[in-house]
Amino acid sequence: MTVLGGLCLWLAFLLGVWGALAGFVGGRSGRRDLEQSARHAVFAMCAALWVAVAALEWALFHHDFNVEYVAAYTSRNLPIFYTWSALYAGQKGSLLFWASVLSLFGSLAMLLTARRHRALLPYVAGVVCTVATFFISVMLFAQANPFHRLAYTPLDGSGLNPQLQNPGMVFHPPMLYLGYISITIPFAFAMAALLSQRLDVDWLVAIRKWTLLSWLFLSVGICLGMWWAYVELGWGGYWAWDPVENASLLPWLTMTAFLHSVMIQEKRGMLKKWNLALIIGSWLLSIFGTFITRSGVISSVHSFTQSNVGYFFLFFLIAAATASFAVYARRLPLLTAETRLESMVSREASFLFNNLLFVGIAFSVLWGTLFPILSELVQGTKVTVGPPFFNQVNIPLGLALLALTGIGPLIAWRRASLPNLRRQFAVPVTVGGFAALVLLVGGMRDLYALMAIALGAFVAATVVQEFARGARARHRQYGEAYALALGRLLGRNRRRYGGYIVHTGMVVLFIAFAGMAFKTETEATLRPGESAVLKSPYGWTYTFTHLGVSQYDALNRQVTAATLEVARDGKRLGVLTTEKRQHVDGLGRPTFQPSTEVGIRSDLREDLYVVLAGLVNGTEQAVFRFTINPLVWWVWYGGMIVALGGLIVMWPGGGSPAVKRAQAGYAVRLVGEHEGG
Amino acid sequence: MDSGGVTRRGFLAVATGLLTAYPPIRLSAQSPDSLPGTGPSGKLWDPSRAGRPFEPVRAADNDAAIQAIEKQIHCTCGCNLDVYTCRTTDFTCGTSPAMHRRVVALAEQGKSAQQILDAFVQQSGVAILMAPPKRGFNLAGYFVPSVLILAAGVVLTLVLHRWSRAPLPAAPATRGPQIPASPDELERLRRELDRLSV
Repeated sequence: MTVLGGLCLWLAFLLGVWGALAGFVGGRSGRRDLEQSARHAVFAMCAALWVAVAALEWALFHHDFNVEYVAAYTSRNLPIFYTWSALYAGQKGSLLFWASVLSLFGSLAMLLTARRHRALLPYVAGVVCTVATFFISVMLFAQANPFHRLAYTPLDGSGLNPQLQNPGMVFHPPMLYLGYISITIPFAFAMAALLSQRLDVDWLVAIRKWTLLSWLFLSVGICLGMWWAYVELGWGGYWAWDPVENASLLPWLTMTAFLHSVMIQEKRGMLKKWNLALIIGSWLLSIFGTFITRSGVISSVHSFTQSNVGYFFLFFLIAAATASFAVYARRLPLLTAETRLESMVSREASFLFNNLLFVGIAFSVLWGTLFPILSELVQGTKVTVGPPFFNQVNIPLGLALLALTGIGPLIAWRRASLPNLRRQFAVPVTVGGFAALVLLVGGMRDLYALMAIALGAFVAATVVQEFARGARARHRQYGEAYALALGRLLGRNRRRYGGYIVHTGMVVLFIAFAGMAFKTETEATLRPGESAVLKSPYGWTYTFTHLGVSQYDALNRQVTAATLEVARDGKRLGVLTTEKRQHVDGLGRPTFQPSTEVGIRSDLREDLYVVLAGLVNGTEQAVFRFTINPLVWWVWYGGMIVALGGLIVMWPGGGSPAVKRAQAGYAVRLVGEHEGG
Repeated sequence: MDSGGVTRRGFLAVATGLLTAYPPIRLSAQSPDSLPGTGPSGKLWDPSRAGRPFEPVRAADNDAAIQAIEKQIHCTCGCNLDVYTCRTTDFTCGTSPAMHRRVVALAEQGKSAQQILDAFVQQSGVAILMAPPKRGFNLAGYFVPSVLILAAGVVLTLVLHRWSRAPLPAAPATRGPQIPASPDELERLRRELDRLSV
């Protein structure tokens, strides 16, 4: 099977090269046979790559330790769940996964838009084949072939890094990969529009779902990564501004900016240049993220993915950026706005400022991530840029963005009058101000936390107001019951009201982030029967009583577990267990250093987070770290609400693509005609 | 059965006797395992499974001032975390506990937070700090994003102001049939489209 996998890689490479050539030449010359051939090359490449994936999975499940990748990332006693996910646990497998999913997305784009966007498809095929061929080339020519065989066959493999043996790690990397990979499809359509000079709203309609899909995958992937970091790494937080975390945030920020600014292009025919630049930039940032992850050029906690392939990505990144922006620059004269801004106080203007902040934050994160390299180049001194730097620069920007999340929907398109503004802002501003007052009177003195919660209340009030007004209008107009009116409002205006649900999720996230300002922690050494006491920010007193330590064997690990009884204000809540795990291979040999398994007790208000640091002199006397993290569950709820809102926005229906295209174009024409008339 | 051998009844009697005689011995074999609040800690079955042995926590480990200093020092083990986070996260790391001991030792010598940080910088360079000191080129690190965003905001405001005052461009050539509608009707339709957020 692995021989077949290797052959399929070569076949996919050849098909990719052919598909790229046929796509670009066919698109330019208009030769139907070449266009058709490029399309078929994408399908064939997809089939070849998925056979290669099946071959690698076959090798993983059959413990073919003669294959270097299988020996490096699995062992005989690795649970099936993680054996399956070992496909993307390492560099080589994740490159194969990337190329395969890209070819699948490319094929789906070809199938789903075959009739509607025929003129763009040869170029789309060309771009997809070029990008996929690059990934295959890295595997074949940069010593990253997942089917590479060893000169000997080990008795057992090294096993999977214990930190990756967590359900969060099974879903987090593929979700992020899917987000990164799916950006290629909007990028391919944008390049196709530029190359074919078909720069009307067609390409925007074609990519609407793809951009949302990509954004949704990135959002879910980032949230899952935060969850994994929280439950597995044991440092009691979920975001550390690590370069690899930053790399995933960058395209998310620019994609979110695009999802807002594209509405202006659809409704008013403005920002064509900007939107194209955002799509190209987002895709380049996804490749940049891969470069950061793989190269090790910047030190990161994700060091298990580093290798020499990073510089292939750097070369590809520079070449792709040069080519994309060269085409973009040549087409600039075709990208003039069809209308102009009518007022500074309009939805369009607020979206522009929102875009400024999204791109500004992206720049600031990129700047901070690259500053160590820049400093070394300029002053010959390497510096460290950690959380204190990022928090100082980005928290004020994030709060300004949160404020705009509430302001944007309250301002009318084109021009807002003073009475209209007064009517729209009265309730949300009152709610936000009241929240700030209550917090101040309640004794909250952390400025950022206070602002986050007060602004969160303001934004939540705008969302409630929008839903209430919409439902009331339907109730009056159609006599629907309020619950039904709300449902129909959401169902018939999915983009708008789904967007408000995403805003609600962001509010929940910001408030949850603010909770971390009140984190409390302590370390203690306890003998069995002894207790540690920790005061919660809510005023409760938690007592942790060490019950004892037990040692036992599990499937692929030797476990040392400490159990603690937890009481709040003297009332028993239950027990918490935290572990040290020594992973072993199928022959009982230790594979990695002992890892820590955190004990977490969550409720809506706060998490009790207990880590077994170690044991004193081989006895049950244990060193623990106890942390109380307020509002952490709301981070996960916020993430779920964001994902739900994203799903509602992209749920199929709400008119055919032809209708959407007509509506998008019509909105622009209507404004123009009215202005002309 | 051979009369010289052990009979089945005899064997069962001996076995029962042995079983009834042994329980106290078996119970005493378990006694090192401690119960809550009872005397010294029991020994672990296999201490090597639990990682390196630990020292009991000292008051300095929980000292907020020490922690605040450690949060500004970059652990050199390659984890990309600060010393405090690393030593309380990756309990297999040998680097951050050593750096922590150094911070505590310097503090016990009566050195201030800044003097402790300076001592680390003197030994390892500014890369030992979690954020670059605010001087020289590093100021660019702190202020370039904010200054650029502010400048872009000012430029955007001016451009939008100019755009909103400039005469509107002539209507582009329409691609579809003309709509026989009055301005009022078009305005109503536009508002409806806005409401539906197409």
